[in-house]
Amino acid sequence: MRAGSRLRGEATVAAPRKRDAMGFGLGALTRLAGSKTIERAGLRKPVQNLVTAGTRSGFRAAGAAGRTFKSVRKLGKPARLAPAEDTGMFDLAPSEDQQMIVETVTEFAAEQLRPAAADADAKLAAPEGLLTRSAELGITLLGIPEEAGGVGEGRSVVTNALVAEALAHGDLGLAVAVLAPSAVSTSLVLWGDAQQQADYLPAFVGDNVPAAAFALQERTPLFDPFKPATKARRTPKGYQLDGVKSLVPRAAQAELFVVSADLEGRGPALFIVESSNAGVSIEGEPAMGLRGAATGKLHLDKVQVPAGALLGGGKVEVFTEAVRLSRLGWAALAAGTAKAVLDYVVPYVNERVAFGEPVSHRQAVAFSIADMAIELEGLRLVMLRAASRAEQGKTYAREVALARKLATDKGMQIGNAGVQLLGGHGFVKEHPVERWYRDLRAIGVMEGAVLL
Amino acid sequence: MINLEAPKKAGPLINQAYQAAAQVFRPISRKYDRAEHTYPTELDMFAALLDGLNSSGEGGAGAAGVRRNEKDGEKKGNRNGANLNVVLGTIEMCWGDVGLLLSMPRQGLGNAAIGSVATDEQLKRFSGLWAAMAITEPSCGSDSAAITATAKLDGDEYVLNGEKIFVTSGERADAVVVWATLDKNKGRAAIKSFVVEKGTPGFEVVRVEHKLGIRASDTAVLRFENCRVPAGNLLGTPEIDTKKGFAGVMQTFDNTRPLVAAMAVGLARAALEETQRILAGAGVTIDYDKPANSQHAAAATFLQLEADYESAYLLTLESAWMADNRKPNSLQASMAKAKAGRSVVDITLKCVELAGTVGYTEESLLEKWARDAKILDIFEGTQQIQQLIVARRILGKTSSELK
Repeated sequence: MRAGSRLRGEATVAAPRKRDAMGFGLGALTRLAGSKTIERAGLRKPVQNLVTAGTRSGFRAAGAAGRTFKSVRKLGKPARLAPAEDTGMFDLAPSEDQQMIVETVTEFAAEQLRPAAADADAKLAAPEGLLTRSAELGITLLGIPEEAGGVGEGRSVVTNALVAEALAHGDLGLAVAVLAPSAVSTSLVLWGDAQQQADYLPAFVGDNVPAAAFALQERTPLFDPFKPATKARRTPKGYQLDGVKSLVPRAAQAELFVVSADLEGRGPALFIVESSNAGVSIEGEPAMGLRGAATGKLHLDKVQVPAGALLGGGKVEVFTEAVRLSRLGWAALAAGTAKAVLDYVVPYVNERVAFGEPVSHRQAVAFSIADMAIELEGLRLVMLRAASRAEQGKTYAREVALARKLATDKGMQIGNAGVQLLGGHGFVKEHPVERWYRDLRAIGVMEGAVLL
Repeated sequence: MINLEAPKKAGPLINQAYQAAAQVFRPISRKYDRAEHTYPTELDMFAALLDGLNSSGEGGAGAAGVRRNEKDGEKKGNRNGANLNVVLGTIEMCWGDVGLLLSMPRQGLGNAAIGSVATDEQLKRFSGLWAAMAITEPSCGSDSAAITATAKLDGDEYVLNGEKIFVTSGERADAVVVWATLDKNKGRAAIKSFVVEKGTPGFEVVRVEHKLGIRASDTAVLRFENCRVPAGNLLGTPEIDTKKGFAGVMQTFDNTRPLVAAMAVGLARAALEETQRILAGAGVTIDYDKPANSQHAAAATFLQLEADYESAYLLTLESAWMADNRKPNSLQASMAKAKAGRSVVDITLKCVELAGTVGYTEESLLEKWARDAKILDIFEGTQQIQQLIVARRILGKTSSELK
């Protein structure tokens, strides 16, 4: 898109702007940076940083050298998790099991994710060993039925939401990295046929859980997941996939992908793609936030997959549910990170003294805190209602849409207020609030990646 | 098990309240908006029906008080009881008409106060009484600790003096619960509430107000001049306990705020439903799966409003559920009231805008609802008071630290 041609003669929010004197000066400075004079002018460092960023996003390699997924045993019919029963009672109290799980995950998030978050953000990768340790927690196993080697006894969307929330309280980017494989395994449990489950689920219940990613997102303004630009064309042996998926978590490490593609003009469908498939390549795609999730582009160039790669028979209901359960995941993540912001800001405004008293004694500050707390609680309840309806097999399209709306708007509002209340301290990396601000902007942008 | 659906056993109650709202309130909604200060006689028969509903013990469709029965504490496990029922019933009734619900005989906030803090003996004595609530004075509103009305013990009677404004149903109710101080020097701890029955010498209705909305409900100015009531009409304990302070009278709010939040939720639902219908007529439908930004701007706006509605609705149920389960709920009650109060104003005003002329003229009820809504962000504690309460709780501040 060329800015000049776009602005001419078209109605835009802002009036077309021309380059002024300052703009010319800046332009000259930029050209200078490219010349040898930078050595003498002491501008070496900034340029180096630029180069680094260039390599990061320009890096393109084949998909991770994946394992060979071997079918271990095939069940007569696919293993599914039964919906939870409806008690008919309004209840906000988690079960004892849920409480125990949430406590464990909360502790893990506080001890493992939070301390590693800043470094992961800078290095665009989760620290060595963290994801193995998180796999040991057994989060993935919760969503896999017992007969398929997991520990799941029934559909547990609420528990999954509480887990996502607790992880995101530690760090959103790392939470996404931790949850990415379970998005793929959950999709296999929900929609995989017996063969697909036999081929891929054993890897997720083993010691070495593969990095895997559920890729819906594409690089399109006003992206609508129901209209993917990625195409799937029938071939004599199966399908050929062409397109690019965006902001795929742990893309470079992932050995297995579930991707969305338009099936010959008839609408979106999900396909299982192994990273070792010819035509799969990965490109780094660092973003404003979620950097600990090591996001990347997944290029699919004439990728041939077998007929058995089509997940859920290409049914539109399956795809719709995938989108909804993913949005639900993002709402839960938003609630967790928004809570992290509030928990961090409360002691700060109580301790920070201005004009002879804590700044929290001023209504302008206190009311901002009150609104953060109110909107967070509301967002959380709406998210939980959607989760509990999904878990019980009730309709939940409306509830998910509303949870996503609140997560997008109020989550960002809370992130914004967090930085504002810390003032300059909120803007520097000494405090985690600026990272949460960047991470919370992902809500509303992201589709896919997580799945409850 | 976490479940945020309205309890199944509340289904019949919700349906009854809905039927009443649709068949009793809606048809006369515009009539009494125009005929301000005219008593809606249609309500008398219906009120008798409600009495029956409420006497079932599980609460019902009006502003019945909520009692914390000691015996209830013994019952283990999750409870869905009177608080949730009252809130759910109120939502339905206010889907019908807020002003008319406030005009319902024996469903006043004064009844909620009696129900919440009266002794068993008082409860029996005042049963069947329609009680209004009188707190606000010409020079004190939100700062209810600063009230100047006085009550002096003289023999076995209290002598009341002072002026009260903004008293909902102050003209029509059989009695008024009046807030007055036993001793101005002892601060908020000395503030007590008194039941004053109509016709008591020295108790006078000065005038009724003309208002922006809820016109079906009468809002009165009351004057008390050496008005003598039996000492037994003081609700709760007469002791001035500076440690407990304001707790006694303020406890009422933990029960009435979820109710006002419920009123806001019901009204917001009415406006959203009507707007959705009007938009559908104009060819705009709401799609919950399609990204909001790819839909008609009106649909995207609607989704945002509905999200706020849902948040307010669940916060309201949460505060009632906590009361049912004997958990302290003042934080949640204030959260619900704050969120529902501001959302209903925002929602109803936006709905008028979306519906255009149809929304702004008296052709539909949208313009009335937008007027009715505003009081819900004011009475039983303004938006700002709720924010103060929430902030103090979250920050761990006292009212002297965070003023």
